[in-house]
Amino acid sequence: MDEHTWTVIVEAFPRLLGYFVRVTVPLTILSFMLALVIAVIVALIQYANVKGLRQICRFYIWVVRGTPLLVQLYLIFYGLPSLGIVINAFPCAVLVFGFNEAAYMAESVRGALESVPKGQVEAGHCVGMNYLQIMWHIVLPQAFRVAFPALSNSLISMTKETSLASGITVMEMFRQAQVINGRVYQSLALYSEVALIYLAFCTLLTALQHWGERKLGSYGQTTHQPGVFARLFGAGKRGAA
Amino acid sequence: MMLEVRDVYKSFDGKEILKGIDLDVEKGDVVAILGPSGSGKTTFLRCLNFLERADRGRIVFDGEEVDLHTASKSQIADIRKKTAFVFQNYNLFLNKTVLENVTLGLTTARHMHKDQARVKAIQALEKVGMADRLDSYPAQLSGGQQQRVAIARGLATDPEIIYFDEPTSALDPELIGEVLSVMRQLADEGMTMLVVTHEMEFARGVSQKVLFLSDGEVIESGSTRDFFQNPRTDRAREFVNKILSNREE
Repeated sequence: MDEHTWTVIVEAFPRLLGYFVRVTVPLTILSFMLALVIAVIVALIQYANVKGLRQICRFYIWVVRGTPLLVQLYLIFYGLPSLGIVINAFPCAVLVFGFNEAAYMAESVRGALESVPKGQVEAGHCVGMNYLQIMWHIVLPQAFRVAFPALSNSLISMTKETSLASGITVMEMFRQAQVINGRVYQSLALYSEVALIYLAFCTLLTALQHWGERKLGSYGQTTHQPGVFARLFGAGKRGAA
Repeated sequence: MMLEVRDVYKSFDGKEILKGIDLDVEKGDVVAILGPSGSGKTTFLRCLNFLERADRGRIVFDGEEVDLHTASKSQIADIRKKTAFVFQNYNLFLNKTVLENVTLGLTTARHMHKDQARVKAIQALEKVGMADRLDSYPAQLSGGQQQRVAIARGLATDPEIIYFDEPTSALDPELIGEVLSVMRQLADEGMTMLVVTHEMEFARGVSQKVLFLSDGEVIESGSTRDFFQNPRTDRAREFVNKILSNREE
């Protein structure tokens, strides 16, 4: 690598990181929070088997999971204006990412809710608790513990998917890299740099997931907990899921 | 009469499981509900606490009549407040400690103060010999210990009657004794109990009444002594003989 390439990489770094921190991270966090709210609602509707609404939820999951995210972004951002619905690029990205990831997360949450033995719900009724009390104290905490790894997965996916927002004019880190590249023609160096910044952040998220799983505990059950190293590189024995 | 049960019917997918069950329970009675597998014993017990909605039937609990099919939410809550239910699989709250398992119903459903609930819970846990494991999680306990905690959870709510649904059927043989001895102690203290069980020794030694079901019908209903010594029907005689001969093997 020549000296010029190094200069490009070094000079680009603060700008790329700046866009990452100011745009990519907030976009990820807002989208994820929206997704989490939608996912929990959609999962609870299915868990509680609310007639009518349940069908709507299944339909939503079917459509969203069955169409590409990039197409959804284009459809909402470039397509809807012809119906007179114009949404700014950033909020549009938050909406699409949120609704898209929520469809996957809803299935994780529903599975987690259904994994809590029904007998505990019956026992709750028998000691006089009502449905909300049972959900709040018994079902949701256990379901959250089960769903946590899958939800962490979604957060990590979402971090990288936000690069697609460049396609609808959101000036996030990847688009900024494209802009710089238009000036200096150093695709390999710049896109490698971008990839490494994503990788570093996702490594941090993986470590956070590991910490979170420890923190949540497993209610006295002895499960195999791989260390951070094994978690990152898949080394050593695979723990039971 | 503390509890009168009349005419309970229940079908699952068109198959009649209960075909008109009656039962009278006096305060302090221990009633053993016996019968071959699939006779409807568990379904009957679950209907009494609305874990299953009966197709028809009614109960009179403390003089208050409740229709088992049409009971309102508040009627169900009322009945459940006066009763406790012990499950075959314990059904402890797995995310809660032993102490929390017992206090949760008190602090949520009964709005009891935390400290008061704790005192009450420890009393109940002492009774079943589990007060030394307050901070353990269910996963750290044996089946017999879990079932004793489950009994304490029920006891802490001061029930007028406790329903036991095959409380020892999921236990390893060496753990059955500790649960039965807690139940025997409760019976001695005058607790009213309905017990679906396959433990004939317990039924014979502890219960005063037997309700013998077969194919969803009451075949015999009466004193335990009569049931075991002079069964009136062939089916009951067959059942008792089979069990006695099994024991001799």
